[in-house]
Amino acid sequence: MPTQAEIFKKVSATLVEALNVDHEEIQPTSTLQGDLGAESIDFLDIVFRLEREFGIKIPRNELFPESIFQGDPEFVLNGKVTEKGLKELREKMPFADIGKFERNPDMTAISDLFTVDMIAKYIEGKLGSKA
Amino acid sequence: MRWIWIDRFVKFERGKSARAVKKLSLAEDYFQQHMPGYPIMPACFILEGLAQTGGILVGEANDFKEKVVLAKITSAKFHREAVAGETLLYDTEIVTLRPEGASIVGKVYTLAPGQSIGEPVNPPMAEAEIFFAHLDKSRSQQLFGDLNFVFSGELKHLLGLAKVAAQRTDGAT
Repeated sequence: MPTQAEIFKKVSATLVEALNVDHEEIQPTSTLQGDLGAESIDFLDIVFRLEREFGIKIPRNELFPESIFQGDPEFVLNGKVTEKGLKELREKMPFADIGKFERNPDMTAISDLFTVDMIAKYIEGKLGSKA
Repeated sequence: MRWIWIDRFVKFERGKSARAVKKLSLAEDYFQQHMPGYPIMPACFILEGLAQTGGILVGEANDFKEKVVLAKITSAKFHREAVAGETLLYDTEIVTLRPEGASIVGKVYTLAPGQSIGEPVNPPMAEAEIFFAHLDKSRSQQLFGDLNFVFSGELKHLLGLAKVAAQRTDGAT
């Protein structure tokens, strides 16, 4: 199994290709949309590339869940993710660092969960479970 | 002018690769303006031809049931210009094909003087990576119903045209 550093390097190279950004711009905490300018279609491109790069299968909605809460009022109330919503988030995205988000669970900030580090952690989990 | 940027398929391997040919005639409208006195094919039209070749390859892989739309040109390089009178070969290959979409790599070649259509001999004059999305089934059903507006007519007929041409060639030999 590759080391964490090797995985991060490959994930960075994938993002350089998919998003046409410079290597220097990519930090573990960089958010895909805010910092690296990813658009919705780029997420699918990134998934395709990660599958090829790491030889894994990434089921639809696993790495980048679309509309996690489906407008369910139990999960989102007045623009804030509820306690139940946060629980759902932890279950669906165990590889995401939701610590910061939990302190101010504003729906508009949910895209900040999608970071370079989140992808690397997801891949680590995938490769670990494959062995 | 109709929005068809390839003349004919000359090679087609289902789900894998396709090659199409496009002859550039000086009579085509865009050469009058691009550029006056120096007729070169606009690079975006070269990409369109490559995308049509690849898009039909992707669409046919699912029996034209998906609405295949060009979502992103990840990279495109143009090494030289294509001028009126040349023949372009569009070579495309599927890299990834999934229920949500597909990606292809494509290379554009020009035929050397006197060369008949076959394997390219010159280095590519352009190359690109193109990403297609399958329109979300439930959403596109609401908007367009069952009609597949992508492959409703001419684009799909191109494959039939290729078959007719191939039969003629077979008959002649």
